[in-house]
Amino acid sequence: MANEVKLYGATRSPFVCRAVIALNLKGIKYELVVEDLSNKSADLIKYNPVYKKVPVLVHNGNPISESLVILEYIDEVWNGVPILPQDAYEKAQARFWAKFMDDKCFPAVFKAVISHGEEQAVAEAQEALQFLENELKVKGSKFFGGDNINLVDITATFVAFWIGAVEEALGIELLPKDKFPKLTEWSDNYVNCQAVKDSLPPRENLVAIYKKRFGKA
Amino acid sequence: MADEVKLHGVTGSPFVCRAVIALNLKGIKYEFVAEDLSNKSADLLKYNPVYKKVPVLVHNGNPISESLVIVEYIDEVWKGVPILPQDAYEKAQARFWAKVIDDKCLPAVFKAVSSHGEEQAVAEAHEALQFLENELKVKGIKFFGGDNINLVDIAATFVAFWIGAAEEALGIEVLSKHKFPKLTEWSDNYVNCQAVKESLPPRENLVAFFKKRFGKA
Repeated sequence: MANEVKLYGATRSPFVCRAVIALNLKGIKYELVVEDLSNKSADLIKYNPVYKKVPVLVHNGNPISESLVILEYIDEVWNGVPILPQDAYEKAQARFWAKFMDDKCFPAVFKAVISHGEEQAVAEAQEALQFLENELKVKGSKFFGGDNINLVDITATFVAFWIGAVEEALGIELLPKDKFPKLTEWSDNYVNCQAVKDSLPPRENLVAIYKKRFGKA
Repeated sequence: MADEVKLHGVTGSPFVCRAVIALNLKGIKYEFVAEDLSNKSADLLKYNPVYKKVPVLVHNGNPISESLVIVEYIDEVWKGVPILPQDAYEKAQARFWAKVIDDKCLPAVFKAVSSHGEEQAVAEAHEALQFLENELKVKGIKFFGGDNINLVDIAATFVAFWIGAAEEALGIEVLSKHKFPKLTEWSDNYVNCQAVKESLPPRENLVAFFKKRFGKA
């Protein structure tokens, strides 16, 4: 029986994008089921009753929710380009940073965005992002994964691409080059990786969405 | 060279307890470094500069932070009693539920406790815990891991033991037997597992702690 892989998602979501990048990195054929988040499908609610959110990966009828859980599942089931390191300690470090990204960076950045770049919110976002900047500086590598992207890079997709779109849409500055030289350089390299390039939504679409969603009237 | 394993922690923390249970389950010899959270050691700050929290596992001088990351690391490095399922899909489900416990259940329960059982907060805690109740009911299993405990059971340690202590300390009810028959039964079975029994702090200490921290003056 052939592998049946579906991904329930919305192209604007940086969480969905993580799953898309992983699928493209491994060269997995899949069907993208586009969800209207204001009118969720019965399938989505059936597959993710706890959160009712995207992404949901459905593999041969079996649903997996939560983007980082999906990434680890994809890496375990499909061989090819590795997403997590082999070494147990390196793997633990990768999981730690991916968790940090979601627990600290994303909420802080989100707060800075919805407050339209309010000073304190931006300061807190930059405090969180500084840990990532330092990590790259200390590692001295092109990506969080070294010469190639790994779980941490993929988790940080919103930093590389979504932050820039939001900055443009709202006329705010979150990730200035002079404060974050390493992260800026990393972002440029990251969005130019083939699997990432294949997976990102058009930038102008994101800018338009953010202008509409967060822009001042 | 012999393995050197240290765990920086405090006995009252349900997060530290997860790591202790995993270490005891695998029969790993380790040194417990008791931290005073009001006066954190230089080592703790060095090992966990991002969060400055416990638990931190230090394996041959290499630090790992975040309790679920620690538990997965322990499972990968030491053989013996398995903590995560072997099957990739079952593993993804275990990771999903562990995440639900930390992202949904724990914050909701904390709010119910710190608000002294305020009605809305308790209702939200019940809503979160209901997912766990249903999972046990639907699967008809003794533990979230089936016949034996797994990552999800370990992640849910605070449900089995910390909630009861808080209820007694504050005279509130969060996990009533008639509303949560499966979770109640699971809690009784869980705290009686050998590795768990060896790892839990004395109940009266927890009750005293909750009275002091959250009790009305």
